[in-house]
Amino acid sequence: MSNKIKHHLTDDLLMAYAAGSLPEAFDLMVATHLSLCDDCRARAESFDAVGGHVLEEQGDVVAMNEKSLAETMALIAKGAPIAKPKRAQCSVLPTPLQDYVGGDVNDIRWRPIGMGVKQAILPTSGDAMARLLFIPAGTAVPDHSHKGMELTMVLQGAFSDEVDHFARGDVEIADQDLHHTPTADITEDCICLAVTDAPLKFNKLMPRLFQPFLRI
Amino acid sequence: MFTEIDTATLDEPVAIRPAQKPWRAKKRIRGKPVNGAGDSCDARAEWVDHVRRIRDAQDQAAFAELFQHFAPRIKAFLIKSGSDPALAEECAQEVMATLWHKAHLFDPARATVATWVFTIARNKRIDVLRKQRRPEPEDLGWGPEAEPEQDDVIALQQETAQLRDALSALPEAQRQLIEKAYFGDLSHREIASQTGLPLGTIKSRIRLALDRLRHAMN
Ligand SMILES: [Zn+2]
Repeated sequence: MSNKIKHHLTDDLLMAYAAGSLPEAFDLMVATHLSLCDDCRARAESFDAVGGHVLEEQGDVVAMNEKSLAETMALIAKGAPIAKPKRAQCSVLPTPLQDYVGGDVNDIRWRPIGMGVKQAILPTSGDAMARLLFIPAGTAVPDHSHKGMELTMVLQGAFSDEVDHFARGDVEIADQDLHHTPTADITEDCICLAVTDAPLKFNKLMPRLFQPFLRI
Repeated sequence: MFTEIDTATLDEPVAIRPAQKPWRAKKRIRGKPVNGAGDSCDARAEWVDHVRRIRDAQDQAAFAELFQHFAPRIKAFLIKSGSDPALAEECAQEVMATLWHKAHLFDPARATVATWVFTIARNKRIDVLRKQRRPEPEDLGWGPEAEPEQDDVIALQQETAQLRDALSALPEAQRQLIEKAYFGDLSHREIASQTGLPLGTIKSRIRLALDRLRHAMN
């Protein structure tokens, strides 16, 4: 299923995901990519194994309270927490994203940001931001660069920029040195998940007018 | 029904085990012998059976043994991650309760019990200490029809033992940085310099397990 993905997550992102030190928006990006990419999932789970090693081999342990086991059994007897309802497979949104959208692709609450491009900001806590982008077939997103890191993953359709061509599951990792103008393929509207850990800055005067709408 | 259990259970003999366990018959084939830690490989493999006994028979004796081993480690892990002792105690209990409730989700062809416990404890830390949601990848639910082969379980144990050897052989400074990373003390940018870890073989093993799971799902 994931053979066609060309652009993957980096080891440092996967290790930080395993260690639990990413902002929520980046966790969402990683979980979404892992849903589509078994190569990265295997790498992420091998970083989990390092965590298992750290847990097992940490020098000193801390004794539990005297009644701890009995208390835990009482906790267990209360029953399992109610599992969240299982999401159905969706051809565009992997389940972690469905949780944030509150449904499937038809439930995304798009806001127009100009030139037919739409976005939906997803509710995440922390310093980073996650949003879904809708780019009409054949449309270019304004040239912009980044103060921090921006990850963009294709969910539907494909886009090209100065770097390469990106299709479903591919992640483009852009740091502050990259100025790019992603253009959606002509064949299909493109939907992406984008996360940033710092505001974007646009390079031309006009697109800067969009910034209040972009909330960036 | 469980409220009568108390800590005395910890000292009681464990339920009778089958005389021979197929996955213990094979010892580590390729793993290097490690400084006197030869027993711990078996001990780890044994936890797999403990989780199965909880899953299949709600075996409280098996749980008590797992608790005795893992709960103090989870508590220490959470304290090192910045929790105060009272909260760490409470969270360690919740992590162990989650282990009980989710025993049917544990896949021993992809993770050791220690790794699985780590992921539950890590998620608890994100939830309680960082007050953040933790998005998880799409579930690769596996039913009884996809229950892993013993050979795959053994192979994963062996790869994990080799990973342990490799990590133990790293320079002290690097080992400390890895610990810091997993206690949540390094930002993702600081982690970037720590990623040259010897994970190739265990990664391939987990990848095979994922392939089999995908195959069983289709
Ligand atoms: Zn990947």
